[in-house]
Order: sequence, then structure tokens, then C-alpha cells
Amino acid sequence: MKLYDSGKIITGIVIFVILMTFPFWFNMGRAAPKPDPKLPKNVKNCVLPKDTIKTSHMQILNNWRDEVVRDNKRSFVAFDGKHFDKSLSNTCMKCHSSKKQFCDQCHNYLKVTPYCWDCHIEPKEPKESKETAEAKEPKETK
Amino acid sequence: MSLNRRDFLKIAGITALGVGAASAFEVLSGKQLEAALKAAPLTAGKRWAMVVDTRKLREEDYHDVITACHTSHNVPDFSGTKDEIKWIWAEPFENAFPDSPNEYVKPEVKDKPFLVFCNQCGDAPCVRVCPTKATFKGEDGITMMDMHRCIGCRYCMAACPYGARSFNFRDPRTYFADKEVPNREFPTRTRGVVEKCNFCTERLAKGLYPACVEACKSNALIFGDLDDPNSEVRRILRANFSIRRKPQLGTDPSIFYIV
Repeated sequence: MKLYDSGKIITGIVIFVILMTFPFWFNMGRAAPKPDPKLPKNVKNCVLPKDTIKTSHMQILNNWRDEVVRDNKRSFVAFDGKHFDKSLSNTCMKCHSSKKQFCDQCHNYLKVTPYCWDCHIEPKEPKESKETAEAKEPKETK
Repeated sequence: MSLNRRDFLKIAGITALGVGAASAFEVLSGKQLEAALKAAPLTAGKRWAMVVDTRKLREEDYHDVITACHTSHNVPDFSGTKDEIKWIWAEPFENAFPDSPNEYVKPEVKDKPFLVFCNQCGDAPCVRVCPTKATFKGEDGITMMDMHRCIGCRYCMAACPYGARSFNFRDPRTYFADKEVPNREFPTRTRGVVEKCNFCTERLAKGLYPACVEACKSNALIFGDLDDPNSEVRRILRANFSIRRKPQLGTDPSIFYIV
């Protein structure tokens, strides 16, 4: 079998492969920094176990939103029996008081942009990380 | 492992009993919670209503009431433009009650601005027309808005006979860009959604009166449950003659005016 114009074809293939793999070898060894969400220091438990929150916080927030807005059911019983107000800005963000150091860490890494903050108001960013540690535990509802 | 039929049934029975007991416990604790909430004075209304006693309204009340409402709900001030957002505002008698034309109506009434806001209609036209059910009736009679679902078609605005709804032509955050958002616990809206008075449902959940009622120093705004014959609104409505805005349209407003 004879390959006509083999010079052009092989050069073309080589250029094509180099271009296609460009992002891979260009970024080699320069992995984006691992997300490092800062957890509040003085609060031990979230409303659900950490693993559940990690994997399903988006569904939980979605359910909370529907239950509060549509059914006016505002109280959430945490896994340890405590009652919490179902609220992103008034419950979650009272402990996780820095959006930049908590939410944005993973969201930016994964390039997801939830539209929560188009309307809901994020807490004021603490000036120093010390203030994060002093974040108050949200009031338990009775 | 050999498991005979008898043992299997025993284990299955005990497991089922355990699961049943656990869920029964959950139901019980839920019930208790509900009972505790019902016991709170302001969280269990069946049909929230308001009486506006215009005889008592003083001039300074208008400013107090409107400011209290608009600051507690982060309503941007675009007044004077077509992009104006209003939850509660003042309207002259002839505009608030256009179906009662009477050139000889007494001057105190004729010249008095009337506080108008969403009428929380019993049969709300906005709810009927909303194509996404973003506007809906809550169990407490409040005509609610789910901003997450609003697509901004403005059908509700066309349907509302009271002009109680405003559309966000601009992003409200542009108004708050160089100033503090007044109430950080309440969200702003976003461009492209409709908004209106929500009867302070977020305050009622905490057992607080609506912001306007609290801000009105002359006690001209009275809030209560229309379904409860012993409530204050019912007592006042029994004792006074009251009117509602455009009742002939059949929207059954929950806002009553004593003139």
C-alpha cells in the first residue's frame, strides 16, 4: 500500500496531536491548588454529618428553600436533635461566616456558580481569619 | 448458615417493629414541635388580614410605615422613575377607591392619602394567572411569591387590579452598590422578577407583627386572623363600618379601610 503525500499527512497529524494535547502538557505539574474550605473552629457539628453535607448540601438547601417558601415549614431537626431555622444566610452563614473561605473554595475549584448570592446577602467578610474562629453559633430555635 | 422459616419470620418481625417504632417516634416529636409552634400567638393564622383605620392615621405615620416596610425588605428606592418598586405607598382617595365617585365626599376623606399595598385577596387574580405557580396562596391566606420560580412574564401585574406589584427592571443591587443593604437577613431580589408585599411572612414566623404595624405609632394598622371571630380585626370590623378596594371585582381583599 502506498501513502500519497505522506509528508504532508504525517506533518499534519503531528501538528494536530500537538495542538490537541497542548492544554495537557502546558499545564503539566501546575495543578490548581486543592480547595481548602475553612471550618468554623468553635462549632463541632453541622446540621447533618459532615459526609452527608459534603455530598448533598445542594439538595438539602434546595429542599429547605421549597419547604420554607412554599410550605412555610421553617424548622429543621438536626441529626443530633437540635432545631434550626432553615436559612442559608441566617443559619448556615452564621457559623460559616466567610463565603470566600468556605463556599467559594470548592465552588471556584469546580467552576460552579450557584446563584444564591444574586439575592441572598452574604455575610461581611471578616478582616482577619481570627474573626472567623469567633463566629457565633446560630441560635437554636425552640 | 441455615435459617429456617420460623427464625426468618422472627427476625423480620422484630426489624419491622423497630422501624415502626422509630418512625412513630419521629411523628410524635414532629407533632410536639407543631403544637409548640401553634401555641405561639402569631404563627397559626388561617387568613391574615389588616384593618387600616384611616381616622387614626397621622401625617408622620406614612413616612414611618413606608420606610419600615421598605428597609426591612431591602426595597430599592427608584421612586419617580418607571422602574419604581413599591410594597406600600400612599394613594389619594379617588385612586384608591375609583369605584366610589362622589364629588361631595367629605374633604377630610377626599384629601387624605390612603395607605395601599397588596390586598392579600381571598381569590387572587395574580395567583390564577401565574404560569409557573411562582405566585401562590399559602395556608395562612398570604399571597406568596417564590422568587426562585418567577420568570418575569408580568402576567400577574396585568391581572392585579390594585397595581400592587412591581417589576425589577433594574438589578436592585445596583441601588445598594454604594450603600449598606438595610436588612442583611432578608434577600434582595434580582433583575427580572416581580415583587410585592408579602405580609411580612418572615416576621410572622418569628411571632412578630408586620413591620408596618409595628412602625405605625398611632396604632392605625391592626393585624390579625380573619378566620378567628375573637381576633382584634374581627372585633374592630364588627364595631365599625369598613370598605375594601374594588370589591365588585370579586377578589375578596383581606385589607379593610375604616373611613
